[in-house]
Amino acid sequence: MAVAGSAVGLGNFLRFPGLAAKYGSGGFMIAYFISLLILGIPICWAEWTLGRYAGQKGFRSSPGIFYALIRHPAGKYIGVLGAIIPVTIYMYYVYIEAWCLGYAWYSASGALNLGTDVSSYGDFWARFVGATENGLTVSQGHNQVVVFLVIVFAINFAIIYRGISKGIEAFCRWGMPTLILLAIIVLVRVLTLGTPDPALPEQSLINGLGYMWNPGDISQQLRNPQLWLEAAGQVFFSLSVGFGVIITYSSYLREKDDIVLSGLTATSANEFCEVGLGGMITVPAAFVFLGAAGIIGQGTFGLGFKVLPLVFSKMPAPQFFGAAWFFLLFLAAITSSLSMLQPGIAFLEEGLGLNRKQSISLLGLMTAMGCLFVVYFSKDLKALDTIDFWVGTFLIFLLATVLIIVFGWVLGIEEGWKEAHKGASLRIPSFFKLIIKYVCPLYLLTIFGFWVWFKVFGWNPATRTFEPTSYVTDLYGPTASPVARMSVALIVLIITFFIITTAAAGRRWDKAGNSTSREKQP
Amino acid sequence: MTTGGWINMIVSVSFVVALFGWCIYRILTEAKPDEHIHGIEDIQKGED
Repeated sequence: MAVAGSAVGLGNFLRFPGLAAKYGSGGFMIAYFISLLILGIPICWAEWTLGRYAGQKGFRSSPGIFYALIRHPAGKYIGVLGAIIPVTIYMYYVYIEAWCLGYAWYSASGALNLGTDVSSYGDFWARFVGATENGLTVSQGHNQVVVFLVIVFAINFAIIYRGISKGIEAFCRWGMPTLILLAIIVLVRVLTLGTPDPALPEQSLINGLGYMWNPGDISQQLRNPQLWLEAAGQVFFSLSVGFGVIITYSSYLREKDDIVLSGLTATSANEFCEVGLGGMITVPAAFVFLGAAGIIGQGTFGLGFKVLPLVFSKMPAPQFFGAAWFFLLFLAAITSSLSMLQPGIAFLEEGLGLNRKQSISLLGLMTAMGCLFVVYFSKDLKALDTIDFWVGTFLIFLLATVLIIVFGWVLGIEEGWKEAHKGASLRIPSFFKLIIKYVCPLYLLTIFGFWVWFKVFGWNPATRTFEPTSYVTDLYGPTASPVARMSVALIVLIITFFIITTAAAGRRWDKAGNSTSREKQP
Repeated sequence: MTTGGWINMIVSVSFVVALFGWCIYRILTEAKPDEHIHGIEDIQKGED
């Protein structure tokens, strides 16, 4: 349940539908399901297996887990990625979570009924999140988002303080069904919209569904490498594989727990929310009220916080459905953000020998400082965007590649296979051995290569030239952004802290004996 | 909405709903060894 909660997030309801509509859902869904089969599910199983395997040897943190898996002192430094990624992502993700709670509140109170012009909603969002000016959100009169941020921060740490079982899992046990129930309520509302404005008969629900699901020219779509890149990326990030979260959670499992079924269930819960609910709500609803012109060119935040508030304001009972929708997003976000804290806590407890209270306090201080940086440097969301690009994309690719190589080549496919099936009632079809050992790493490296080619170097197929993206030019050259540079410096600072701490932890582990002979610790 | 659109939507949504439903069914019907140990037969044998 906790892993399913971690996987189901904002990307399910906002990013996925936008991508499917953008690239043409016929080709996109083919690429998406292929990526799910040969990338998402295998890495998920590998991560569950590796975590439990190292957990049986007494390791609970990502550096410790890799120390046990690679059986070399350098292993712990590779594993440090699994602590850095979730902790750093938490620093900006919790900010977005605060937007969702804020929007739920403003929807319920009616403050989000801003008329029929989408630019009013855009202006409201820009002021609320401080996208117009650095420091706006902490200045007097504009600090409403900080109030929501403090509430969200407090909720996260109050839950995490109670532990995995009594805190995170207990929250997810009611949070996930509530999220699904709210999504179904909103879905029923959307599917019964019909043609709300008889003067615009083309803006009907059926046409909205068609805009989302009509396949278009599939063969042409599939020839677009960007489509494959985005489909794989969506599967990858949506399932939370390579975050360091699953590997930490699964280290607490017992040998007889069924990780094959658990991994598949968490994946299917995510897919249900993404394709079954997200794919049926967001784009069709936006189309019905705004037409195709209102959707084209809107990114994840544009769709979620500018277009959809306008859409809900035009529905009957706008306050109820708007609040339900944004509270749903808040639940999806908080179940994910909770999972991002546990790897950091596990590392501080295990590596530095801190107790839970101490490690939560230290992590709270660290994440609060990082979050404050993101909140202060909010103009154009530059800090958030830069950290998301280098940590939330680049490092995740790296960790996922390491994970699958460790499973297939270091632990060994046969050993890994045996380990995965301990306590399992399901058998993984044996062709997955080939997929995990050869196809998955190759596919990952190819996607990674594409990503660097297009998203970093900025290859433009139309002009056949390289036009480095803003993520590069923000750091180097005449248009460099001081905020982007400081954001990268913050990432480097976090990495340095975790490496130094890992070195200290390594000395503790070495004293306790090497990973191969280590017995279970209490 | 074209015929292809209907097919695309129905196949995609049905697949994920069926997979999720099947997983939940398997979890709910799975015989858990721990539960058996603490089942009624064990209580009758005088175990905790």
